Amino acid sequence: MHDECLLSMRHINKYFPGVKALSDVDFTLRHGEIHALMGENGAGKSTLIKVLTGVYQNDGGEIAVEGEKLHIRSPQDAQRGGISTVYQEITLCPNLTVAENMFIGREEGPLIRQKNYVKRANEILSELGIPARGSQILGSCSLAVQQMVAIARAVDMKCKVLILDEPTSSLDDKEVQVLFKLMRDLKSRGVGIIFVTHFLEQVYEVCDRITVLRNGELVGEYLTEDLPQVQLVAKMIGKDLDELSSFGKAEVKEYGPDDVFYEAEELSSSDALPFDFKIHKGEVNGFTGLLGSGRSESVRAIFGADKVNGGTVKIKGDSVKINKPIDAMKHGIGYLPEDRKRDGIIADLSVRENIILALQVMKGFFKPISRSESEAFADEYIKALNIKTASRETPIGSLSGGNQQKVILARWLLTHPDYLILDEPTRGIDVGTKLEIQKLVLKLAEDGVSVTFISSEIEEMLRTCSRLIVMRDRHVVGELKGEELTEAQVMKTIAGGNTVNEE
Amino acid sequence: MKSKFQKIFKGGLGQLTIPIIAILILVIFNLIRDPSFFSISVTHNNDGNIVLAGNLISIINAASELAVLAMGMTLVTAASGGQDISVGAAAAIAGSAFVSMLKSGSTITGGTVLLAFFYACLFAMAFGAFNGTLVAVFKIQPMIATLILYTCGRSIAYWINGGATPTVSSPIITAIGSFIPGIPIPTPVIIVIVVAIIFKLVFHFTSLELFTQSVGINEKAARLNGINATWIKLLSFIILGLCVAVAGVISVSRLGLINHETILLDVEMDAILAVAIGGNSLGGGKFKISGSIIGAYVIHMLTITLYAMKVSSTDVKAYKAIVIILLVVIGSPVIKSKFTKRMTQLKNRKTKVSTKGAL
Amino acid sequence: MKKRLKSILMTGVLAMSMFLTACGSSGGDKGGDSTTASSGGDKTTEAAATKDDATGTIKVGVVNNPPSESGYREANVKDMEAVFSAENGYELKTFYSLKNDEQLQAAQGFITEGVDYLLVSAAETTGWDEVLKNAQEAGIKVYLFDRMIDVDESLYEAAVVSDMSAEGDLAVKWLLDQNLPEYNVIHIQGAMGSDAQIGRTGALDEQFASGKMNKVVQQTATWDEAEAKKIVESVINSGEKFNVIYAENDGMAKGAVAALDEAGITHGVDGDVIVMGFDCNKWALRELLAKKWNYDGQCSPFQAQIISDLIQGKTTASSKKIINEEKGFDATTITQEDIDTYGLGE
Repeated sequence: MHDECLLSMRHINKYFPGVKALSDVDFTLRHGEIHALMGENGAGKSTLIKVLTGVYQNDGGEIAVEGEKLHIRSPQDAQRGGISTVYQEITLCPNLTVAENMFIGREEGPLIRQKNYVKRANEILSELGIPARGSQILGSCSLAVQQMVAIARAVDMKCKVLILDEPTSSLDDKEVQVLFKLMRDLKSRGVGIIFVTHFLEQVYEVCDRITVLRNGELVGEYLTEDLPQVQLVAKMIGKDLDELSSFGKAEVKEYGPDDVFYEAEELSSSDALPFDFKIHKGEVNGFTGLLGSGRSESVRAIFGADKVNGGTVKIKGDSVKINKPIDAMKHGIGYLPEDRKRDGIIADLSVRENIILALQVMKGFFKPISRSESEAFADEYIKALNIKTASRETPIGSLSGGNQQKVILARWLLTHPDYLILDEPTRGIDVGTKLEIQKLVLKLAEDGVSVTFISSEIEEMLRTCSRLIVMRDRHVVGELKGEELTEAQVMKTIAGGNTVNEE
Repeated sequence: MKSKFQKIFKGGLGQLTIPIIAILILVIFNLIRDPSFFSISVTHNNDGNIVLAGNLISIINAASELAVLAMGMTLVTAASGGQDISVGAAAAIAGSAFVSMLKSGSTITGGTVLLAFFYACLFAMAFGAFNGTLVAVFKIQPMIATLILYTCGRSIAYWINGGATPTVSSPIITAIGSFIPGIPIPTPVIIVIVVAIIFKLVFHFTSLELFTQSVGINEKAARLNGINATWIKLLSFIILGLCVAVAGVISVSRLGLINHETILLDVEMDAILAVAIGGNSLGGGKFKISGSIIGAYVIHMLTITLYAMKVSSTDVKAYKAIVIILLVVIGSPVIKSKFTKRMTQLKNRKTKVSTKGAL
Repeated sequence: MKKRLKSILMTGVLAMSMFLTACGSSGGDKGGDSTTASSGGDKTTEAAATKDDATGTIKVGVVNNPPSESGYREANVKDMEAVFSAENGYELKTFYSLKNDEQLQAAQGFITEGVDYLLVSAAETTGWDEVLKNAQEAGIKVYLFDRMIDVDESLYEAAVVSDMSAEGDLAVKWLLDQNLPEYNVIHIQGAMGSDAQIGRTGALDEQFASGKMNKVVQQTATWDEAEAKKIVESVINSGEKFNVIYAENDGMAKGAVAALDEAGITHGVDGDVIVMGFDCNKWALRELLAKKWNYDGQCSPFQAQIISDLIQGKTTASSKKIINEEKGFDATTITQEDIDTYGLGE
């Protein structure tokens, strides 16, 4: 076996109008290796991968697979060269069957009969230990399985280099483990895997090597065991990590009955089962639980995002009705949705328009914010939240994920909410921005704003929340605070058995 | 000075590049063909008023109904991501309502004309609301929803008329449809300007533009920001209804006659085209009303040019199609991105050369 | 996969066409006889159930185009209803549609029902053989009106039609009689290929060919008034000379006149430009009376009385094809009485 160098990229350059996105970057992938590609948003990870997969063409440098020079001009070229990609957003067709998805668009596709390719799909799936049947409709599988089907498709296309772009960001821990097993299995077959992720723990769990990029330049390539996590983060953000330790756990405050800002009893919606919930002024609490446990659905019910079916809601002791988002907004509630792209950003509109949107809606249809006022607002928040954008008139869609998230945050901060619901505000964004957002949450609480925070990273929630509501199977199964706020206790409550500490 | 020019070229023009280039090409083509093509003459019309005449006047005059409809269509397109194909039929209804109201009284005065106009608006807005409800509440695709009115609208117009081609004649109607005594510019042109100004004012004094674009680009996100997306879509159809009433009244007033079978026939397709030529995405979202207005003038300049060249009117449609294919293809994202790529390449080369020069 | 797609498409198309049919015919119904049901098939079965053969009235079944089609058709339908009324000893059954197959179905229904006479103005000229043979076998006499059908002459008693080329000839003859020093004609045509367009264009084309008249422009405005205005406007803007506007219907003539008015060109009896139209709408004849237009050619929708006379034996047909005699009105001679008698619409 030629152990060395499955894929080599040398002196890769890529220019965009006004920007040098990649500057003289080298990248090497070996046979049977899982290689993490790390960097903050805007570091050049996506660009490098797009050059490799033929979405972009490099403006200099060369790419070779197994020593053979490749000219990649289109995704088809990349595929022929044995390079396959599985993206964060599943790019398959959810209303076709698993088997159809595995063979669609491939040269031999139309020649194989339906029966045959269901059979072949089943063979591959069982060989890789993927829990799906070829005849199943893809949409009926969990996201994790869909992702694995995408991988199986790539494997069947004889790929040598498999690129996994944020494959785990919408998976829960168990699903991640199944995916990792598949990755290790592929590794043992000699496939080289490029793994792009924001989850540091996962890098250490599964990767052999790490390449770090920053500002379009190569920082270095390291063996995973030689690079402690703290150092990795330091290399990614290019500064010391004092900040990481600079803020400890949120302090536990005592609240009296008058401090309750929002209280719901038996609140239910089309998507959420009845639950009780309250939050105090200046408190940060969180909903935790596995994906699908109902945590997002519950906060959506609070905001009136889905059809509210029943329950009573009190704000500062007064009974109110919240049936639509605008009702919630008028009572000082803001909501940053889980799926930024689908529910948050208005992609083609400018950063400025995205920032003023919620405030404008609250002011009303007939009281538009003047141009100069809106520009002032935009500038203020671009500065305050350190949003990296070419100008306030840049469409939000062209910003990086973290900066998009900051714009959405700015949108709600501009309404000066009393209560802010943040559903996965840190998902899919870089470490630096994550820290900024966590700090912001704590600062808001200090200023008396109530915050409900949801994150898939328990560690992050432990750092910011003073009370955690734990959900399982769409029911609230526990509430943790004070001394109980440890990772072990949260795990235990999520995993369940008994309900702990219900009030 | 230079930077300002560059800014206009790069950003400010943006969406309007294609329609403006199209107009320029047509103008240049006509000037080469016939240098006096755009000459404007001053004459007296048969009512003894001083009026302007010439091809240029004919073009902007004839495009009036289309321009008004295109403005409304732009809004519907932006909000719903689809088009209303019933505007021609709805204009027939509005025009018929206008005429029937005028004929119900014995004399035609300024008051009765205004009343008849409001009556026409009422009809057109009601049918707009009907279309809008199908689209916004029942989530039917706009083209399918408006196909209903497209199919039966002219029959409804016939019932309103209760006869074939009712006529009205009054100096007031003539003033609306051709010239107001003392003003040498055709009244329909003035109406277009007024409607455009009203749109501008509405955009200035309400959040219609922001909300419509938000709904069109990302309805889910718009809803979560408290925007009533259903209402915004419905509103866009009702506003289009008003535009339809205006267009219908202009068209009826031009001749003092309503023929429900031929009034603004096929105008819906031209209106959609005007929106597209104006650089607006037919899939909804961001829009520029000014683009659509220019689009309307492009279409009519093309028609008048072909007439002036004595192209048989049966062939005009085919020639129009060719030009429109060109415009739409040039304006397509594929060509656009290729073009900008080429431009940046050229630019890079230029900067390289210049740095070399400096060395 | 492909099959499934195809079947979905097919269903869609089917549903759509059914919907359109329903919508189209309902438009016709409202304007005409309230007893007609939503489709041809329904109508005939319903009518068959109410059959009443005890009386001595003459049963007439009329298959026509819907009155919403045009002002001409509306007058035509009204005329039929007035002549074949109960007072005149008739029992009238009507069916209106723009679709030939629906018309065929309705005609067959009338035959089954046992009408005495079947009157047809067909949507299309073809496809009528079978039905008319059935009528003959059932002893039902058939009259065609307004439009000819491509069938053997033996299958119908007579066809009462307008002669469109005679209309054109009459108009052009009138124009020649004006003895203008030169004829520079703007010719605005109707929808190309329609009977009216072909007939009214023919006579003028002869003059162009012979050089007696000069063709400034010949364009179709497809019966559209606004289009006619644009055509005339473009001629005015080009600066070419003209002194005659020959428009193949009244609406287009009105469009042309609007262009003249805006450009300050006089027209009518004392004007610079002669304006000619067709169809004899009342409003158009009033323009003649006001001397703003010069000529309007008739296209008579009044065939009912001729057929009624034939049925009752008051007259006999000299040939199978009976030309409905038509007039042309001159602005200098027209009277209010003419307008009341011959004008269409209100």
